[in-house]
Amino acid sequence: MLKSVRLDDVSKMFGTSVGVENVDIDVKPGEFFTFLGPSGCGKTTTLRMIAGFYYPSKGKILFDNKDVTTLQPNKRNIGMVFQNYALFPHMTVFENIAFGLEVRKMSKAVIKEKVERAQKLVHLEKYGTRKINELSGGQQQRVALARALVIEPDILLLDEPLSNLDAKLREETRLEIKRLQVELGVTTIYVTHDQTEAMTMSDRIMVMKEGVVQQIGTPQEIYNQPTNHFVASFIGESNILEAEVVEVKGDAVKVKLDDDIFVQGSMTQTANGKKLSVGESIKVSIRPEAVFEGTGPNQVTGTIQFVEFTGVSINYVVKVGSNIMKVMIINKGNEILKRGDSITLHVPEKGIYLIGE
Amino acid sequence: MNANQSTAVQENWWSRLSRSKYFIYVLISPLFLVLIAYVIYPFYQTFVQSIVGEGGATLENYQRFFGLTSTANLEALWTSVYISVISVITCAIVGVTMAFLMERYEFPGRKLLSVLILVPMALPPLVGVLSFTFLYGESGIIPRAFQVLFDLEKVPFSLKGVMGVIVVHTFTMYTYFYLTAAAAIKGLDPSLEEAATSLGSGRIRIWMKVILPMLTPALIASSLLVFMISMASYTAPLMFGVERTMTMQIYLSRTNGSLDMAATQSTILSIVSISFLILMRWYQGRRNYQNQSKGISVHRTELRSQFAKYMSMFLSFIGVIILMLPILVLVLISFSVDGEWTVQVIPTAYTLQHYIDLFTDERTWRPIWNSLQMSFVATAGNILFGVAAAYAMVRTKFKGKAILDILIMVPWALPGTVVAVNLIAAFSEPSVFSFNQVLIGTFWILPLAYFVRHLPLIFRSTSAALMQMDESIEEAARSLGANWWYTFRRVVVPMAFSGILAGTLLALVQGIGEFVASILIYSTSTMPLSVAIFQKMYAFQFGTACAYGVLQIILIITVLFVSQKITDGKAGSAI
Repeated sequence: MLKSVRLDDVSKMFGTSVGVENVDIDVKPGEFFTFLGPSGCGKTTTLRMIAGFYYPSKGKILFDNKDVTTLQPNKRNIGMVFQNYALFPHMTVFENIAFGLEVRKMSKAVIKEKVERAQKLVHLEKYGTRKINELSGGQQQRVALARALVIEPDILLLDEPLSNLDAKLREETRLEIKRLQVELGVTTIYVTHDQTEAMTMSDRIMVMKEGVVQQIGTPQEIYNQPTNHFVASFIGESNILEAEVVEVKGDAVKVKLDDDIFVQGSMTQTANGKKLSVGESIKVSIRPEAVFEGTGPNQVTGTIQFVEFTGVSINYVVKVGSNIMKVMIINKGNEILKRGDSITLHVPEKGIYLIGE
Repeated sequence: MNANQSTAVQENWWSRLSRSKYFIYVLISPLFLVLIAYVIYPFYQTFVQSIVGEGGATLENYQRFFGLTSTANLEALWTSVYISVISVITCAIVGVTMAFLMERYEFPGRKLLSVLILVPMALPPLVGVLSFTFLYGESGIIPRAFQVLFDLEKVPFSLKGVMGVIVVHTFTMYTYFYLTAAAAIKGLDPSLEEAATSLGSGRIRIWMKVILPMLTPALIASSLLVFMISMASYTAPLMFGVERTMTMQIYLSRTNGSLDMAATQSTILSIVSISFLILMRWYQGRRNYQNQSKGISVHRTELRSQFAKYMSMFLSFIGVIILMLPILVLVLISFSVDGEWTVQVIPTAYTLQHYIDLFTDERTWRPIWNSLQMSFVATAGNILFGVAAAYAMVRTKFKGKAILDILIMVPWALPGTVVAVNLIAAFSEPSVFSFNQVLIGTFWILPLAYFVRHLPLIFRSTSAALMQMDESIEEAARSLGANWWYTFRRVVVPMAFSGILAGTLLALVQGIGEFVASILIYSTSTMPLSVAIFQKMYAFQFGTACAYGVLQIILIITVLFVSQKITDGKAGSAI
């Protein structure tokens, strides 16, 4: 059963302080939807309202047009994976996974069959009789996932499920979760502060900050067309430069950076498709990988302040006038310049993104 | 159709109520009701009794108490305070010294001593005092042994009066200092001392400026505790014949029939006890220096010189003897034939009969059975109340939490004598809270007294277990479709089980051994074990009395052992 999730202008207050404000989202059936933001941004609060652990102070929550705003969590048919897994330490792996099925009063035989299938799904066939404290962190993670999936939930909720794993395991498990989600096609809401997880797994992302939604969109939209300064700098790296619009000709926009450096951008590359007018002060966002070495459009010359070689790329910090720019050059065997060297750079028009203030 | 509609309406009403932020008050109101009925109301009744004279409210009783025409009461108050202060000092000296020796030095016999050092905890109050009078009393084994050995006319020394009370207090209560001080010393990071040394401090300065200040919180907490328990002490003054203490005065007023004076004395003693409780809670709330650094390694200094080794061996041996004697003497006398032991050093004739009687003779078995029944009833109530209250305190938010916490702790701070007087005041007449029955003189009054006295035991051990348990585990169960009750049964209770069980066992044995309140309110048809021991003592049936005592000690040691095993020593203590 695929279900859609709709949050209709939902707000949550804690006493007088605001948890989240006016969240308005529409998660489609089968979609992988991620809440992304730094800690304290309200993403977990929003998730907990969908789970039913908090009730909104204002607004409605609907599953497939059915109002569940104040329905108890145990009546929502959700599967949830907690940050610390929240496994039952007094039960075995089998008993943990079987818990939700026993609640649903299924017969012993059906439970056995379903639990075994779930164990297989997460590659824990041989661990049924183990106690939870005899498992590694990654295995516990998979038990938690199996326990949430075995009840065939309408909606799968994942609250920072990877944050307690080490880097390598995190990557493996990320793929594993995505594989399961695609295979089972369950509507999934995922909470994380890690932009890589968000970018790689999600169909759509909601970026939040201090309880307020900043942007909702596909990973490409979020990365390429951030709606504001915060999104641009939170997702990936970006050079955010102060600028002033000096000329508008059709779609062509000319802006002036500090030290009279002029840059040519396009009206098709503005945040929220906003029309800019002459004299307006704005911000320009240029991704490090959008800057190229050598001559071309929007050409500037600067001095190298810092060099970093990662193997895949050569990263420079370049001082152009009084502006500091991060530049990422893909390593194709090019010469690596040194600190103090002069470098010529250019940025194609599509690498220039204009954020109105 | 109509019925359907009405259930729909009802469900709405219920779910609307359960979503209301006031719903929690509906849930916790039974807890408050129990506390009001069995703690506050009896207390209030006692207070009323103390101020109501023939012509309405009067402070006459209080004037008599503090007046100088008869100074018995003031003397009693003074003696109680004086005994308590001395007890705190002696317990502190013994307890802290032992803690330092055991935690900081390695010497032959340390392991054995570290187990036996807690023996006093296994002695029920009455049985402990009993064995002390057998050992060191005027016709006790040790003084008589000296008399015979040196061929003296009279016993050279014996424990009696205030001195006796203080010695018994020291023996039974130093463990409070020992336990807290040992924990604090374990938590003392040795690197602090090393840091002080590296900065140029000498031994004495380290002691004055580093170690003692770090121990102060533990010492103050234990001092308050020992003071409170000494003030409430009843058995020791009773057995050593010190009549001028508060608890004895209450007992005497009560047996003389001057109930209003008993009520006045109770009220004054309660005020002292409760102020100490509040002082203690306040202090516990603001202390804590311990455990700021991780991975502390306890290092014990080994004694190197031969002389120190032999000396420490000798002293450990003495320590072991002193600690074991009370139990050994009880075991010895439990085999003696009743009435045969008169002026000899130790009993002369022995028999197994007392132990056989315990389980075969109807009249001997009866008090054991009574105590078991009454303690089970009380403990069942304690489990219900304790688990519910612990869950409410740990897992929910509501206004008045601090009041609930203090109210649950109050019965524990109140002397048993006071609890008994309060219950007498409240339930000698029918009341709403006793379902319109007179409880005094029935089976139910003692279980009620045990319930009230042991109210905090299960509450505290369960709260400690619940605090260890992450809240998200309950949420996980809810998200999997379990309703609150299912979650509580299948997840919360099993996870808190060790805590609940530890508290339950403790409440059970304490109920079986309870003496202080029992002696005031028992009825002859349901005479409890401890009162039976007391009566056997006065009928010179020492053998039977001691056999009862040994049975109790075995029970307590079993329980301590079991709860140590199931909780790995992590159970929240009643302290």
